[in-house]
Amino acid sequence: MSDFITLSLFASMLHLSIPVILPMLGGLLCERSGVVNIGLEGMMLGGAFGGVAFSYLTGNPWLGLAGAMSTGALAGGLLAVMSVSLRGDQVIGSTAINLIGAGLTAALVPIIWGIDGTTPSVPKVPTPPLPLVGDLPLIGPLLAEFSLIDIIAFGLVFLVWWVLMRTDMGLRLRACGESAVAADAAGIDVTRVRFIAVTLSGVLAALGGAYLSIVTLDLFQASMTQGRGFLALAAMVFGKWRVGPAFLVCLGFGLADAVALRAQIFTDDLPHDLLFALPYVLALVALATFVGRASGPADVGKPFRRA
Amino acid sequence: MSAPSVHKAAAIRLTGIDKRFGAVHANRAIDLSVAPGSIHGLLGENGAGKSTLMKILFGMIHADEGRVEIDGTPVAFRSSAEALSAGIGMVQQHFSLIPAFSVVENLIMGRARGSVLSRLTRKLDLKAAAERAQELSDRFGFGIDPLAKVATLSVGARQKVEILKALWGGARTLVLDEPTAALSPPEADELYAVLHRLRSEGTTIVLISHKMPEIMHLCDRVTVLRDGAVVGEAELAGQALDEPAVRQPIEAALVNMMIGRDKPELPERAPLEGPVILDIRGLTDGTRLGPIDLKVHGGEIVAVVGVEGNGQSELVELLMGLRKARDGMIGIDNHNVVDWPTQRRLDAGLAHISEDRHATGVADTMSLIDNASIGFVDGAPFSGSPLSLSQKQRRIFTEVLIEQHKVRTPSPDLPMASLSGGNQQKLVVGRELARAPRLMIAAQPTRGLDIGSTVAVQDALLRLRAEGNAVLLLSLDLNEVFAIADRLVVLRKGRIVGTMQSADFDIDQIGRWMSGAVEHVATKPEETDPQTLEAAS
Ligand SMILES: Nc1ncnc2c1ncn2[C@@H]1O[C@H](COP(=O)(O)OP(=O)(O)OP(=O)(O)O)[C@@H](O)[C@H]1O
Ligand SMILES: [Mg+2]
Repeated sequence: MSDFITLSLFASMLHLSIPVILPMLGGLLCERSGVVNIGLEGMMLGGAFGGVAFSYLTGNPWLGLAGAMSTGALAGGLLAVMSVSLRGDQVIGSTAINLIGAGLTAALVPIIWGIDGTTPSVPKVPTPPLPLVGDLPLIGPLLAEFSLIDIIAFGLVFLVWWVLMRTDMGLRLRACGESAVAADAAGIDVTRVRFIAVTLSGVLAALGGAYLSIVTLDLFQASMTQGRGFLALAAMVFGKWRVGPAFLVCLGFGLADAVALRAQIFTDDLPHDLLFALPYVLALVALATFVGRASGPADVGKPFRRA
Repeated sequence: MSAPSVHKAAAIRLTGIDKRFGAVHANRAIDLSVAPGSIHGLLGENGAGKSTLMKILFGMIHADEGRVEIDGTPVAFRSSAEALSAGIGMVQQHFSLIPAFSVVENLIMGRARGSVLSRLTRKLDLKAAAERAQELSDRFGFGIDPLAKVATLSVGARQKVEILKALWGGARTLVLDEPTAALSPPEADELYAVLHRLRSEGTTIVLISHKMPEIMHLCDRVTVLRDGAVVGEAELAGQALDEPAVRQPIEAALVNMMIGRDKPELPERAPLEGPVILDIRGLTDGTRLGPIDLKVHGGEIVAVVGVEGNGQSELVELLMGLRKARDGMIGIDNHNVVDWPTQRRLDAGLAHISEDRHATGVADTMSLIDNASIGFVDGAPFSGSPLSLSQKQRRIFTEVLIEQHKVRTPSPDLPMASLSGGNQQKLVVGRELARAPRLMIAAQPTRGLDIGSTVAVQDALLRLRAEGNAVLLLSLDLNEVFAIADRLVVLRKGRIVGTMQSADFDIDQIGRWMSGAVEHVATKPEETDPQTLEAAS
């Protein structure tokens, strides 16, 4: 019995961490390229909404997922235009994304569905357990908890790490974040690299939002991401802008979430709201105590312009 | 003297290059032609437009007008990437390496060709690149570890990495913008050898420099710019420059073209006897410096020389209060300031011209006015009260600095970054001199300055001395040390290994001390003699 509990707790930790991991990856790409992105929350909301809307309009949840990614690319592209092409202040630009994301999605719900607040159910992405793996020894029962889409999400962690740290494109991207002037002198098109990175961060964050809205659930609700975009940001900072450590921090947030859920089921005397605040409290404590002087990319936040 | 053979196309030919930055006319219809396989010098005062011209060649700045030809073919580079693939490498005036990256990462960044997909998926072959870097480094005797992080390298080593980077793509034309400004003489000599070697292998080199001996030693031909326009050229190849009788008139003529008058001379100086102002005893930071003892009297300029990275920066940081002392004391005017915060030390009469103006001296994006008035708490003409600054007074103060130190700029409201390298340095020096310091710590005060400005700054330091103040000069330029210092101490591995009075300056002995050929020379008894110090606090 206790075996089963730990196993399912572990599985639920992994599930709950995915909607933090995806925007974290986006934020990390964006900031390593030298653009501050505190707009992940707004991009997630856009993705969550886009996923539900497209799934509803087309009746196909996979197209919903594609719609979420397009919404994210749009949000990311908007931030890129503001902060990279027009060289506006990056904090203000991404704050605008947050405001637009929260406002526009809440406003569009009544327009499309004619009701306020929560949308009705839409087709959700099917999550059948992976075939065959259930019979594997040891990890079989754990793997059986996951569907293809989960595996892809975790695969993205590796992919982002690989591209960032092991490939030429990654080196270019990191160079832009460390010193735009040096990258420019080395013949790297700083504006283009940053534009792409910011747009991609929108796509990844939107996928995180869509994971909540049409993979875990099958509906959209105003502000349903509940600050996960900011948690992702905290994970990135706490992980010192490195994929591996930031990923572990996301798992930590997932665990806190999972424990809160479990405690809610098993005990009555603990106030639930307090339990659900656990990841956020954890993030706050982590940021305030352990991080010390966070060392981000040296050139982050500075718009680049050639003479 | 003979015109370069007419049939051979120039390696670089610039025609009618014109560039304005707002009100500044940085390049005025410049024509320049560089013969293949030669070293071509580019001379001119700070702000004459040298860096701008070369950045135009390198595709980093777009000219308003004019044509560029490489080996006889017209080109129009839209970015440095295109210049690099056309075989042009450039070492920028300011470091353009990424400290957080390793040497190889700096070398290969932006260089990979091939499809986007392959660059997105294929593993970077750092190992092969490191081997190639090692080969290249060995070929020039650089002794660079390709896997070392750039942040851990000395300035001299970084300069070598910059050169490796420029050569990495197989550049046949190399532009070097003041490559020796931050090098010690032995390091510069190594670089000269490398340049000679490159030329003999057929590389065309353009060298920007303010150092006349270097220009005379290396260049086949020089072009002089003034106020953005070409004012003269001279052929040096084939001249017997070892003969002072041949060299001196050419040098004088070049200086005259550059600054429009003869080289200014420093005034004669007589020995002065003042009380001890700076009194360092047993000072150590526990790691890279000390323990050392050193006294500087009023009316004295003491130079600290040595190869970069032997404790100079640590010494400056300890004196400024930017680094914590493990042991020992720092006396300034009979006060032990070792535990004082920086601001209190400044109030006690300390001023500091910082070695790396970009890291610690200026705020690039802030205006000249802001940069000129940073760090004054009270006593400055513009501080009405601790809570308010008079904007008008600040502007006047800045305009006076600009005027006094001949900072070349159309307006004090422009950002610091719009100034040429040397002009930024002039503003910083002016600001520190305006503190009317009791003790001036001048670290590389003339780095990157043109001939006229160098003399002006040295003259200002001599005036401080004549007024009975103390100057601690940290300089890699021994000519400068010989010109203005009363005494020098040699720092090696964090210790003072030798002391010399100006009358006995002996360059060979200094070289032996610097390189460690003679270890641990006993310091003079005067240095270690325990004296009572009426230490306050
Ligand atoms: N990005 C820029 N914006 C505005 N003005 C500029 C810019 N770059 C250079 N200038 C101006 O153009 C002029 C020429 O500058 P440049 O850097 O070419 O001088 P330089 O000859 O290299 O001087 P130094 O010896 O001090 O390096 C200067 O007056 C400078 O203030
Ligand atoms: Mg210059």
